[in-house]
Amino acid sequence: MSVQISRRSFLKTGAAGVAALVVGIDARGALAAGHQETVVNPFVRIDRDGTVTVIAKHFEMGQGTSTGLTTLVAEELDADWNHVKVEFAPADQDKYKNLFWGVQSTGGSTAIANSFMQYRKAGAAARELLVQAAAQKWGVGEEDIVVSNGILTAGSKQGHFGDFIAEAVKLTPSGEPELKSPDQFKLIGKLELPRKDSVSKTDGSAVFAMDVKLPGMVYAAILRSPRFGGTLTSFDAGSAQNVAGFIDAKALPNQAGVVAFAKNTWAALQARNALSAEWDFSKAESRSTSEMIDAHRELAASPEYNVRETGRDEAQSAIGKASKTIEAEFLFPFLAHAPMEPLNCVIEPTENGVRFHDGCQGPSTVQFVASHVLGLKPEQIEINTVYAGGSFGRRGTPTADYQVEAALAFALLGKKTPVKLVWSREDDIRGGYYRPMALHKAQIGLDDDGNILGWDHQIATKSITKGTPIESLTVKDGVDHLSVEGAEDTLYNLPNLAVGLSDFKSVMPTLWWRSVGHTHSGFVMESLIDMVAHETGKDPVELRLSLLDHGDARQKRMTGVIEAVRDLAGWKKGDKRGFAAHFSFNTWVAAVADVAVFGKRFHVNKLYIAVDCGIAVNPDVIRAQMEGGVGFALGAVMRNEITFKNGEVIQSNFPEYQPLRMTDMPEVEVTIVTSTESPSGVGEPGVPPTGPAVANAIFAQTGDRITELPMTRAGYQPV
Amino acid sequence: MRYQLNVNGSTREVDAEPGTPLLWVLRDELGLTGTKYSCGVASCGACTVHLDGAPIRSCSLPVDSASAKSIMTIEGINGPIADAVQQAWRDRDVVQCGYCQSGQIMAAVGLLEGNPSPNDAEIDTAMAGIVCRCATYVRVRDAIKLASRNLEV
Repeated sequence: MSVQISRRSFLKTGAAGVAALVVGIDARGALAAGHQETVVNPFVRIDRDGTVTVIAKHFEMGQGTSTGLTTLVAEELDADWNHVKVEFAPADQDKYKNLFWGVQSTGGSTAIANSFMQYRKAGAAARELLVQAAAQKWGVGEEDIVVSNGILTAGSKQGHFGDFIAEAVKLTPSGEPELKSPDQFKLIGKLELPRKDSVSKTDGSAVFAMDVKLPGMVYAAILRSPRFGGTLTSFDAGSAQNVAGFIDAKALPNQAGVVAFAKNTWAALQARNALSAEWDFSKAESRSTSEMIDAHRELAASPEYNVRETGRDEAQSAIGKASKTIEAEFLFPFLAHAPMEPLNCVIEPTENGVRFHDGCQGPSTVQFVASHVLGLKPEQIEINTVYAGGSFGRRGTPTADYQVEAALAFALLGKKTPVKLVWSREDDIRGGYYRPMALHKAQIGLDDDGNILGWDHQIATKSITKGTPIESLTVKDGVDHLSVEGAEDTLYNLPNLAVGLSDFKSVMPTLWWRSVGHTHSGFVMESLIDMVAHETGKDPVELRLSLLDHGDARQKRMTGVIEAVRDLAGWKKGDKRGFAAHFSFNTWVAAVADVAVFGKRFHVNKLYIAVDCGIAVNPDVIRAQMEGGVGFALGAVMRNEITFKNGEVIQSNFPEYQPLRMTDMPEVEVTIVTSTESPSGVGEPGVPPTGPAVANAIFAQTGDRITELPMTRAGYQPV
Repeated sequence: MRYQLNVNGSTREVDAEPGTPLLWVLRDELGLTGTKYSCGVASCGACTVHLDGAPIRSCSLPVDSASAKSIMTIEGINGPIADAVQQAWRDRDVVQCGYCQSGQIMAAVGLLEGNPSPNDAEIDTAMAGIVCRCATYVRVRDAIKLASRNLEV
């Protein structure tokens, strides 16, 4: 599919002069309306034919945000869902920032949570203007006008949104439009609302960056160091020159690799594979997995940081009075995100700078970093955001890693030729930015009645954000919150809980991976609680409920999901299924796993999930994210790991990093807890409880406690 | 080398190096980008197209082997079964990121063309080769059954 490089359609003005009503927020933060030329930052555009276009400030990686943001606008506007479209916003931090972070970026399950009021207000402001315009045009009172499904009606008079644009653009919005009360919602909370991306993603027409082709575009693939931190000393393009379509090979100026340029994707990948290079590994990561595990174990034995107010000595002193203790060590491997669309993007010259075509998760970071690389100002970097074929965090690095590679390759060709950088699957699996390895060690003291007296918990893992531009946001007093989240801030009332942390050091880049620190902390906390239940003869559900206090709003909502999934699954004392619950990204999820175990083989039959994410904007999208979260977690905990031999990644493609397949996928039944609280995220929170629920089920049936992932390492084979 | 390909019912002429996988000819030369690259080693099925009516992995089929055959891609599929499958996908809102879905749909259409009422085991056999990292599998299965039911009436 070729992409028109003319300006985006919404900047065109129709022959009639007034092409569209646009509503957004002006530079002062107030809602404003008018011609495109007079209004910056439009969230809503209404064309003369009545079509409503929502401008999404968040990208779409499958999580359903383009549908969610559209729902918010359409709800307050009383638009006809079938005549509402969605487009991705250009890169512009001032106008399209994530309100939680101040930069334009998607992640942390925040898209709907931060946009909930902003996008509703934009829809309500547009509605207010249309009603005022219709009242003037018809000579009736605003209160006499009814808006429904994109049609305004007053008595016998009727018109669609587009009929009132000419009048509406001359009006000034009030700034505080009236919002609906939840009982007036017609779209929010409606189960049957179809996704906005369903049609184009089922007929092959949806455009991903991989599908972008520009006139004169050159394709680039990069040979990178086989060990992280290695630097290029020399290369030989000899046999690459025999590849038909090969153009040239050039070393990256940062010595990170060699770029093969070619006339098409296949030639670029073939030429890249034909390159040979010499590397300096003196500063490279050269350890094997077993050495890395040993290093983590050593680090956990003497924590560098004490994370909570409770000191380790206090925890140990309480445990000293215990009549029983539980001790356990948990080990988690490095994991690749492996989104279906391998990383890629296109960069082309513009009159004023460059334009990226990218399934762009963090436009502000890309603008900032790429502008430095290319000697431009951030605003000279345009970004055409297209659909992303998955991400799970990988497309949003603090370093803009693959966009920088594209920019460097573009610069190597003189900044005049459009360049498409393509990663192969092998590049992706071996390319770093992994979920870091993590090792947890815990000691829990119990009294004669089975009460927890003290909990001493150490974590060793590589900090995801130290040394990156966002370190100041996540690291306090040396502690990267992303290393300890889900453990140090557990919602359970655990007396004398001490959490220690040590940073594993490596030049290997690591990254947030769908649910970040909760990927390991959730597994550990929910396994340990299960161990306490077993040790004290308590029912796992009853134990959890006893550790939660109804006087605390967050603990009360945890109780809510635990009870909801208990009832959904028909949980009984002595149940041979597995239970887990975890709070992450301001969302509560509880899970029951029904697992069939045959000796050392197992099959996960079904997951029951209860989720409390506040007001459910799109219930079916929430269900889909729970289903997807379960599957994403399950594939990883069952059999995925990235391992190293002398610093080189052993796995290279799906045959060795075997993703979850249809035959592995359990049935998933989801119940959404009714809530009037503000909406919170759903992209990530389904992941953390899934693994421990399955492991707890295996324990219930076999007595085997799985403390090392993937489960294949513990000898358990999924079938 | 010049190849004559029968793609989606029409004859297309392309220049390609012998041995080039059909996938890249479809995508880079013919602009049929609905067929996706993901693994390149026939392990994930994102590149699935129909060759003489049967689902195959276009990333691992040299263009040379496709030149005398009928190639059908997501852009070209039509008829009652394809329509039923695509409609079922939309009715069930199967897609998430969408990148694998052309492959899922091509495999599902291939399945239903040979077996209009597949059971769970038959669906597993036909679909296990098509990876979805978003794990839309529950809905893929559901949509295949819905399409099958809708084709019966």
